[in-house]
Amino acid sequence: MYSPTILIEAMINGLLTGAIYALIALGLTLVYGVLHIINFAHGAILASAMFAVWGLNVLAGVDPYLAILLLAPVFFCLGYGVQRLVIGPAAKGDDGNILLITLGLSIFIENALLAGFGSDTRSISSDFSFAVVEAGPFLISSPRLVGFAGSLIVTAILWFIMSRTDAGKAIRAVAREKLGASLMGIDVGHVYAVTFGLGCAALAVAAGLLMPTFYVNPRVGGAFVNIAFTIVVLGGMGSIPGAMIGGLLIGLVESLSGLLLGESLGQIGIFIIFILVLLLKPTGLFGAKA
Amino acid sequence: MRFSGYIPILVVTAALAVVPLVFSSNSLFNFMVMSLIITLAAQGWNILGGVAGQTSFGHALFFGVGCYTAAMLQFHFGVNAWLAFLLAVAAGAAAGFILGFLSFRAGLRGSYFALITLAFAELMRILANASDWTGGAAGLLLKLNPGFSNMQFESRASFLWLALAFVFIGLVISRAIAGSRFGAQLVAVRENEDAARALGVDVLSVKLKAISLSGAITAAAGVLYVQNFLYIDANIGFGVWISIEALLAPLVGGRGLVLGPLIGTFTLHGLGELTKSFAGRIPGIDLMVFAVVLIGVVAFASGGVLGLLRRFAPRLARRIAV
Repeated sequence: MYSPTILIEAMINGLLTGAIYALIALGLTLVYGVLHIINFAHGAILASAMFAVWGLNVLAGVDPYLAILLLAPVFFCLGYGVQRLVIGPAAKGDDGNILLITLGLSIFIENALLAGFGSDTRSISSDFSFAVVEAGPFLISSPRLVGFAGSLIVTAILWFIMSRTDAGKAIRAVAREKLGASLMGIDVGHVYAVTFGLGCAALAVAAGLLMPTFYVNPRVGGAFVNIAFTIVVLGGMGSIPGAMIGGLLIGLVESLSGLLLGESLGQIGIFIIFILVLLLKPTGLFGAKA
Repeated sequence: MRFSGYIPILVVTAALAVVPLVFSSNSLFNFMVMSLIITLAAQGWNILGGVAGQTSFGHALFFGVGCYTAAMLQFHFGVNAWLAFLLAVAAGAAAGFILGFLSFRAGLRGSYFALITLAFAELMRILANASDWTGGAAGLLLKLNPGFSNMQFESRASFLWLALAFVFIGLVISRAIAGSRFGAQLVAVRENEDAARALGVDVLSVKLKAISLSGAITAAAGVLYVQNFLYIDANIGFGVWISIEALLAPLVGGRGLVLGPLIGTFTLHGLGELTKSFAGRIPGIDLMVFAVVLIGVVAFASGGVLGLLRRFAPRLARRIAV
């Protein structure tokens, strides 16, 4: 059996990673809650954000955390444009079409990254990547601690935007009743694009928080997006607190099953949860309706 | 069933069958064999995703079950290749039934169904990658032993004919479904499940039949893959690539149509080879083209290549597009 120190340390690490997973899932659940679409390109957009962080660091020496300030607005605009110019017009309002368009986008982005950067795995290493904080008998990785804090801050900001601003009110109105909102003078197409942009901006932040400890290659998005799908389904599609709690929970499960089952089987716990939630309670823990 | 409905199938198959008699390029044969294997996988997808309208993002599940059943039976037990093939197809049907029983009974549709198929395929990929039985990450290598009884052929042309024979069977099954009561029920489920139920269609049973048949056909494609390359690992058998190939081809060729998967696969892979010959060996460039074609088809030509044919050459289309 494992000593309590190792178990607790694994749990702390799981929670810290889980917060970043939650941030990734947040964008997905936001887009689902408003547009009612599953964005299959989510992972590929994350991968491109991670490459952007990596590129800024290698070419211009920009610190990953500083890069967030630059990339978040850039990715907001990219997301806005993609929804306005590609997904919206091409889907013609059909959910099945949107599913296929975002799948097409993800294949395109992934392979564009592959064509541009090759399949090599890259990472940013600085002294800070390996810095640790001592808390009693536990060693906690500093960049993960920063990631945890960053995720909580972004979640709070998003929550503030959604519940306290006019833009948030418009988004919630469109999410609840598209036709009614448009009759009240809300530009639904604009709200969709803003929501998609917010989801992409959240990914840019996640990328900046991830890069000091993670690696990037063109296929890295797939690993994250499966986890994000699980979190969103577990927390209830469209629920922001659900994404946060789901993320922390999945981080824990991944860390513990990795410890108990080994690296290659570790991910299995996540998929089993995914399948069970889908089969038994597809509305998730915090989902409002089917 | 009138015989005339099968004439386009016979013509297309005959045209492909004479290729090895006219040309003798091994790279052309390899291209065709791979395209035919994917066509078969896509024909399986098309019955469930095209005719019955249940979009699956995880047909790798069935492809992999076919690959591994055939490979493991031969590798561990020395089972005859043809018997292993039959058992693998049965395993594919069983996998389809189980997945369908779990997900359709839970009422999963649309995006939710797509997600759960993806999840099952990924689950199997992780298991196959970790288990000793499946050879783990190193995969399974079958012994080279050419001969008809081993389902291995020294000449590329013979294997091409074998693959073509399977695709032909797939075409005949698809055509028979299109003209049958079962096919009409599938279309009814696709167009409006509640209305179909109100008309007395047993929706669950019809969907289960469709997914079992779909799984069996895609598993057959997996067996062909194993017999062709004599090698399998988890990222090939249960990899996302085959889920995407199986879905793209019918969409591009003509969703739900008998010839859709065949036309779609050859269109896509033809374009892919063309791009490679222009752009050189840049990795991923062919898949970028596939993605653009997919988005273009969804945005501008929801009927795929056959749909375009219908619009611009309606008389020809009426002959072949069923």
